[in-house]
Amino acid sequence: MADILPEHPDFLWRNPEPKSSYDAVIVGGGGHGLATAYYLAKNHGMRNIAVLERGWLAGGNMARNTTIIRSNYLWDESAGIYEHSLKLWEQLPEELEYDFLFSQRGVMNLAHTLGDVRESMRRVGANQLNGVDAEWITPEQVKELCPIINIGDDIRYPVMGATYQPRAGIAKHDHVAWAFARKCDEMGVDIIQNCEVTGFIKDGNRVVGVETNRGRINAGKVALCGAGHSSVLAEQAGFDLPIQSHPLQALVSELHEPVHPTVVMSNHVHVYVSQAHKGELVMGAGIDTYNGYGQRGAFHVIEEQMAAAVELFPIFGRAHVLRTWGGIVDTTMDASPIVSKTPIDQLYVNCGWGTGGFKGTPGAGYTFAHTIANDEPHPLNAGFSIERFETGHLIDEHGAAAVAH
Amino acid sequence: MMLIECPWCGPRNETEYGYGGEAHVAYPADPSALNDNEWAKFLFYRKNPKGLFAERWVHSAGCRRWFNAVRDTVTYEFKAVYKPGEPQPIKTTNAPAQGGTK
Repeated sequence: MADILPEHPDFLWRNPEPKSSYDAVIVGGGGHGLATAYYLAKNHGMRNIAVLERGWLAGGNMARNTTIIRSNYLWDESAGIYEHSLKLWEQLPEELEYDFLFSQRGVMNLAHTLGDVRESMRRVGANQLNGVDAEWITPEQVKELCPIINIGDDIRYPVMGATYQPRAGIAKHDHVAWAFARKCDEMGVDIIQNCEVTGFIKDGNRVVGVETNRGRINAGKVALCGAGHSSVLAEQAGFDLPIQSHPLQALVSELHEPVHPTVVMSNHVHVYVSQAHKGELVMGAGIDTYNGYGQRGAFHVIEEQMAAAVELFPIFGRAHVLRTWGGIVDTTMDASPIVSKTPIDQLYVNCGWGTGGFKGTPGAGYTFAHTIANDEPHPLNAGFSIERFETGHLIDEHGAAAVAH
Repeated sequence: MMLIECPWCGPRNETEYGYGGEAHVAYPADPSALNDNEWAKFLFYRKNPKGLFAERWVHSAGCRRWFNAVRDTVTYEFKAVYKPGEPQPIKTTNAPAQGGTK
């Protein structure tokens, strides 16, 4: 006979029945929804809040990303929100009383062409002016920081240098979500899983609640954190978003001894790699080209990223793929997010983070909570309004964000 | 890897094709008459349905010709392919406006 199983450990949050009414309802129980609820409760004194999650908590992109955290974006608006986010990351393990293995092991973005080199040096200069720690490093310094990289000049895309952000790194994404969820719950936020929003209730041009598969829930304010499903929610609510949803894939190898001490990204050859604490090599690449909600993509896309990885890291040639998966990313035409009021009163939207939402989790939640509580933009998200597509004030981050986020 | 039927060449691997996004987005008939909001809609807003979607593909590594398709964005299944100028065989939420096919 087997030993009696131990008791289930304490649950980190309750699973309450939805109440009939809340001051604020957040649609989407991923990282951004949870962070938004956390900062609404902590910074703005709102406690009568529900987070509605269609599936299970943090089971979408929050569980599917490659966990990279950095803030070395080109434009002032991006540097502002991503650097604020990174500063929040630096204090969150203590603040949330949860060690989610935030590891500031540095991120390098490789340059493989003269064009890459020029763009990278420009970005380093812009970063330094914005107070973001960034430096340009030579191929020899790349090799010193990450000895397994091939810096030979006989490969198709030789390493000509890299930008390096020492404060960047990775964190364990599931634990981040659980840490936020536990604190939200402690402050009285209702986290309601298996609760799908099917419609929005409006009084004139003002949203007053949501219809769900578990009945009607009235709300003073409604905030959308639906990531890949943002367009579906916006259509139900009656407004348009400039969003296209795409599959984005990632993969891990089986476990290995520590061989890769930092995070290496390459826009040009389409791969980004780190090694998780447990030992898997974690890799991601670019999106599958077509619109898709299927949470899966084609094998030729990850075949290409593995080819790039093996050329950069010859020892990966002996590694085996353990698992591949896909998420749905909500992309915009300028590769920057939307954190904004909407044409509907008391309805707010946080979306368009595309392939880079994880690193922005605390920054999005912090500024979006401000927008929701005060019905006005936060200084750090003002540039990320929906109106920018009409005024032409785009924040074109394709250079820093297009492939590797 | 999807098997995509080019209306001219027949079924070929997905890697032979390029994606062109939403189909039937016609260039404004009188561009100078558009206001900023209408320009924004034309330049940056495309339908993004969960379900059937009329979209454009180009057979880059084959005949290099563009065509339209109706595909399910959840299952990725192609429901129909049709040549430019031919009527859209299956209705979608981004169905062509009156006279707007191209």
